[in-house]
Amino acid sequence: MTALAAPPRPRRRSSDGRDAWLLVLPALLPVMLFSVYPLVYGVALGFTDAEAGLNVETHFNGLDNYVELAGNGLFWDSFKIGLIWAFSVTVLQFLASLGLALLLNLDLRLRWLARTLALVPWAMPPVIIAIMWQLMLNPSYGPVNRTLDALGLPSSINWLGEASIALPVVIVVGVWAGMPQTTVTLLAGLQSVPAELNEAAAIDGASTWRRFWHVTLPALRPIIVAITTLDLIWNFNSFALVFVLTAGGPGGTTMLPSLFAYNEAFRYGNFGYAAAMGNVMVILIGAFLFLYLRGQMRRRLQ
Amino acid sequence: MTTLAKTVGRRPYARPLQYLALLAYMCFLAFPLLFLLSTAFKTPRELQSPDAGLLPEQFNLDNFTAAIDKADLYTAAGNSLLVAVTTTVIVTAVALPAAYALVRFRTKLRAAATGWILLSQVFPFILIIIPLFLLLKDIGLVNTLLGLVLVYAVWSLPFSLWMLQGYVAAIPVELEEASAVDGAGRLKTLAKVVLPLLAPGLVATSLFTFINSWNEFFFALVLIQDPDMQTLPLALARFVGAEGQVQLGQLAAAALLACIPSLVFFMLIQKRLTAGLLSGAVKG
Repeated sequence: MTALAAPPRPRRRSSDGRDAWLLVLPALLPVMLFSVYPLVYGVALGFTDAEAGLNVETHFNGLDNYVELAGNGLFWDSFKIGLIWAFSVTVLQFLASLGLALLLNLDLRLRWLARTLALVPWAMPPVIIAIMWQLMLNPSYGPVNRTLDALGLPSSINWLGEASIALPVVIVVGVWAGMPQTTVTLLAGLQSVPAELNEAAAIDGASTWRRFWHVTLPALRPIIVAITTLDLIWNFNSFALVFVLTAGGPGGTTMLPSLFAYNEAFRYGNFGYAAAMGNVMVILIGAFLFLYLRGQMRRRLQ
Repeated sequence: MTTLAKTVGRRPYARPLQYLALLAYMCFLAFPLLFLLSTAFKTPRELQSPDAGLLPEQFNLDNFTAAIDKADLYTAAGNSLLVAVTTTVIVTAVALPAAYALVRFRTKLRAAATGWILLSQVFPFILIIIPLFLLLKDIGLVNTLLGLVLVYAVWSLPFSLWMLQGYVAAIPVELEEASAVDGAGRLKTLAKVVLPLLAPGLVATSLFTFINSWNEFFFALVLIQDPDMQTLPLALARFVGAEGQVQLGQLAAAALLACIPSLVFFMLIQKRLTAGLLSGAVKG
C-alpha cells in the first residue's frame, strides 16, 4: 500500500501502468464492444453483399459495391448536395458567428440578451428546430410569407417544396441551428486575445480594420481552424434536421448522403451497399480534412 | 476590450451600426422562437384565419393540456427521461476514472484514447448504425430502451472524456502531492481533494450527456420501431407526419415542452460548458 500512498506524479512509475488500466477498463470494454468493433464491422460490411432479413447469407464481394457505386448517378448527386450543404453551412456559420462574436465582445447594451439568444438553438433538439422552421416557412400561414405579403412582395413561395430553392433554405436553417457552438467558441477565443496587442497596434495608428486583420485574426487562427474543422464534420454527417424538414425532397434536391445511405440501408435493406457509401464518405471527407489541416499546419510553421 | 470600444467610439457612425447589426442578429435568432411560442398559445381558429396577428389574442393553454394528454407523447417523454438519466449515470461513472487516468498517468493509452475520440467524430453514423443494429438484434436488444442506453452511453463517452480531461488537467498536481505528503492515501486524496474540485466540471459534463441523449434522433429512429418504446424526438417527428399539419398549435406546444429540460439545464451550465469545451480543446 505504500506505493499507493506515494504522491501521484505525472511521471511514469511501474504501478502507474497497472492503475491506469484498471481505471480505464470500465470505459474501454463497452467502447471496444459497441464502438470499435461496430466500426470495424461497418467498414468490412462495405465489402459484402449483406442485406436485411432473416437467413440471408452474406458474402464478401470485393470491390463490387464500389464499381456499382461509381455508376450510381443518384449517389454522386447526393454526394454533391452533401458537399454544397456542408461547405455552405460551415462557411456561412463561421462568418455569421464571427460577426456576432465580435459584437458580443464589444461593450454594447443588451449584450446579455443576445448572448442568451445565441445559445438557445444549442439546447433545442434538431427535430424541434426542424418542426419550428416548418411552421415558419409554411406557404399559407407561415410568418415568412405573411411578412412578404405585408410588404407587397411575392408571398406564395413554397420554401421547402420548390426544387430550386429548397437547398438554400435548408442551408439557412442549418446555419441557424449551428451558430451557437461556433459563436461561443469564437467569443471565448476573442476574449483570450491579449488586450495589449490591440492597444499597441492602436498606438501605432492602425485602423480598426487593420487591427482586426493583422492582430485579432492571426491570434484566433488555431481556434478558427479547430471549430471550422469540427463544424464541417458535424455538418457533413448531420441527419435529423434535414430528415424532418424535407426528408431529402423535393425531388431529391436536399438528399444529403447520410439520408441517402439511410434509405439504402433501412428502406431497401441493402446493408452492404449502404456501408460502402459510408466508406466512400469517410475516405473523401478524411482526405479533405487531411489537406485542410496540413495546409493550416504549414502556414503556422512559416 | 475597453480600448477597442474607446477607439471605435471615436467614429460617430460606428456605434449605431453596431447596434443595428446586433438587432439584426437578435431578430434572426429570436423570431423563430417567438413564433413557436405564439403558435403554441393560439386557438385552431386563429391559426387557420389568414388575418390573425402574429401574437395570440389571449394566452390559451388548451394546446399544452392537449399535448400533455396525448398518451404517446406522455409515454415518449417518460422513455426519453429514463434513457437520458440512465445514460448520464453510466457515462459519468465510467468516464470519471478514465479521464483521471488518462490525464495523470502518461501511458500509451492516452494517445490511443485521443485518436479514438477524434476518429469517432469523423465516421459517418451510417457505418456505425448498421453493425450496431445487427449486433443488438443478435443479443435481442433492438426495440428496447436498454439497447438505446448502451448505444448512447458508448457514443457520448468520447465527448465526455474530452471535456472531463480538460477539467482534470486544470487541477494542479501539487494539491494532490501536498495531500499525499500529509499522509493521505490515493483513494482519500481522490475523494477529498480531486472530487470536490472536479464537481463543477462533472456537473457540466453529465448535463451535456443528458441533453445529448434527450435530443438524439438518428439512433432512436433506427433502433426503435415499437411505438411504446419511442423517445420524444421520435414521437414528435411522427406527430408532424401524422396530424401535425392539422394540429399546429398542439405540435408547437409539445415542441416547447420537449425543449424545457435542455433549456433549463443549459441556462444552469452555460458558463461551465464553454470553459470545459475550451479547456478540453486546449489542454486535452
